[in-house]
Amino acid sequence: MAAPNPALSRAPATGAWWNDRRVRAIFYQMVFLAILVGAVWLLVGNTVENLRARGLKSGFDFLPSRSGIPISDSVLDWDPDDTFGKAYLVGILNTLRVGVLGIIFATILGTFIGIARLSNNWLISRLASVYVEAVRNIPLLLQLILLYAFVTRTLPDQLDPIVIGGGFFLSKSGLMFPLLKLEAAHYAAGAVLLASFAAMVGYNYWAKRRQDATGVSPPRLLPSLGILFLPALAVFLVMGAPAEFDIATKTRFRFIGGGAVAPEFLTILTGLVIYTAAFIAEIVRSGILAVSYGQTEAASALGLTRGRTLRLVLLPQALRVIIPPTTSQYLNLVKNSSLAVAVGYPDVVAIEMITMNQTSRALEAILLIMAVYLTISLSISLAMNMYNKRIALKER
Amino acid sequence: MKQLAIAAATLVAAALAAGPALAGKDLDNIRKRGSLVCGVNTGLAGFSIADSQGRWTGIDVDVCRAIAAAIFGDANKVQFKPTSAAVRFTALQSGEVDVLSRNTTWTLTRDAAQGMVFTGVTFYDGQGFMVAKKLGVKSAKELDGAEICVQSGTTTELNLTDFLRANKMEKAKAIVFEKIEEATSAFFAGRCQAYTTDASGLASTRSKDAKNPEDYVILPELISKEPLGPAVRRGDEELFAIVKWVVYAMVEAEEYGVDRANVDQMKGSANPAVKRLLGVDEKNDMGKLLGLKADWAYQVVKQVGNYADIYERSVGPKTPLKLERGLNALWSKGGLQYAPPIR
Repeated sequence: MAAPNPALSRAPATGAWWNDRRVRAIFYQMVFLAILVGAVWLLVGNTVENLRARGLKSGFDFLPSRSGIPISDSVLDWDPDDTFGKAYLVGILNTLRVGVLGIIFATILGTFIGIARLSNNWLISRLASVYVEAVRNIPLLLQLILLYAFVTRTLPDQLDPIVIGGGFFLSKSGLMFPLLKLEAAHYAAGAVLLASFAAMVGYNYWAKRRQDATGVSPPRLLPSLGILFLPALAVFLVMGAPAEFDIATKTRFRFIGGGAVAPEFLTILTGLVIYTAAFIAEIVRSGILAVSYGQTEAASALGLTRGRTLRLVLLPQALRVIIPPTTSQYLNLVKNSSLAVAVGYPDVVAIEMITMNQTSRALEAILLIMAVYLTISLSISLAMNMYNKRIALKER
Repeated sequence: MKQLAIAAATLVAAALAAGPALAGKDLDNIRKRGSLVCGVNTGLAGFSIADSQGRWTGIDVDVCRAIAAAIFGDANKVQFKPTSAAVRFTALQSGEVDVLSRNTTWTLTRDAAQGMVFTGVTFYDGQGFMVAKKLGVKSAKELDGAEICVQSGTTTELNLTDFLRANKMEKAKAIVFEKIEEATSAFFAGRCQAYTTDASGLASTRSKDAKNPEDYVILPELISKEPLGPAVRRGDEELFAIVKWVVYAMVEAEEYGVDRANVDQMKGSANPAVKRLLGVDEKNDMGKLLGLKADWAYQVVKQVGNYADIYERSVGPKTPLKLERGLNALWSKGGLQYAPPIR
């Protein structure tokens, strides 16, 4: 902030310098900055002093120490000997797991419900309306508690699960599924799949170029699928196609083995999806209604098929209306996932609350939680804003 | 979320509080306010639980009343503040409560590094397991492979992982809940095959929450030492001394046979120890040394009772919890309850 040049600002020489608007503006900003710095200094200083006076330790030195806490659901292998730092990581991954899957499913369900509300079928549109109005007008916490009580009370006992078949079981322990025992062949096939994916993208790029150049559209769907899957399948078969599964077996108390989706995770995920989908449905409906019917008629007049009309004419215009409010819903979903505490799912909040209790570092634990939500939310905002810019109306 | 909000609010309060606490400041505040703010459990039968009229009962609650009786001469000058396990320490550290009397285990970490000090032991407890009778489990060591419901933010979860580790029970799985109500309701709904907490808590939950208490058994093993007692913030030695000696006075009263029913007759006792305790002996004013009235202990016993009184009416064999005195009998009767002399 450069000092104002008196010669410039007083050019017309019509008044004293303190009547100058620029001088005043800078003065007010200085005052505001001083107040802000003073307030922060006071808060931090007082906090540090009070913590010291109460004999409380502070700092993040607890992160590398042994936690000793159990975590019931973790993507990584969790052992109570692991550190609070790893517990934090487990919490972040658990929050992300709910957030990412929640956003995907809520978007799909929300889009369907939104379109259903516009359906000409009276029953379908009424059902969708009832869903939206009921779900978005009941507090989420209440829905979660209800859902969890429903899940734990209606599912059968651990020793008497619903046998879905193929190694799938459903009980109060959650949904158990067979887990593939990974061998060299699987890793090799996976690597080939990745390479094939790049090749498929390349083919499509070539096809697009060719269509632009010649006006003839080469077949895309079948060759793409072929490029993607055939090489990996060949590698897998050549290497002997090992497919041994780890299936849950009955023990004294419950079925153990294979993979499992815990009921707590199912509850928080389902709860968030149901709740957020209701809001997204309304956004989708408003987005579609925002595109005038003339656009559809114009597309038909040009001879576009119904699918292409939707894909090339209606959706791009509807998305402009849909994306910004949907971003808010995504952010809400991630922040609402902190309600996982209520149903026993170990998200980052639950784990940091435990950390706070075991180490007494309340300030630090809350800062860690804030850092996670801030990072996730800003990332979502950034990604959605970039996408929004891409689909925004381009004026040429 | 509410708990998070409370924790955040107390932190802000800590940040805004004018300055460091001086010795005696907490006691001054209590006197100025005219009542004691006591952090208690949100609902644990026998320790602290509110009935439908909002009346609190239990050992922890009675300890709070006894402290109020000693300070104000009126056992009703207490405000009870229910705290979850997760926010109880923050509530005490930030000054939201004056005394934390909430079935809290005395450990070195909590005493040395969490800005609080324990004043004594009001209940000697140990961690146990409860299972449904139909599973036919006879010992906690058979629980390998079971899902075990446990409350987070407690010594309980730490003891559980230690126990599982020590006994190589790698297939057992802890299902962690933030609130005790969530953990117990999940257990009774069948989400877990076992539930673990302090043995007294197991008895309390079984009597209060089980549809049919006979369907559940408490396994014989106790896997930890859990001395439960009230704690105060660091920095006020006067309040610390008062809370400590109120608890001792209740034990001492039992030892000399002074109880709620006979305390008025006992005022005429010739026993010097009883006279000192009840403040009848003017030359030996124990209350003055603590900064209290001479009849502080008399008020405690008269309005709340001695240790046996509160034990028997809260958790004793005649209550639904049916807990024998055991470790909590007087030292002279084979237990651990022992008070240093009041003199």
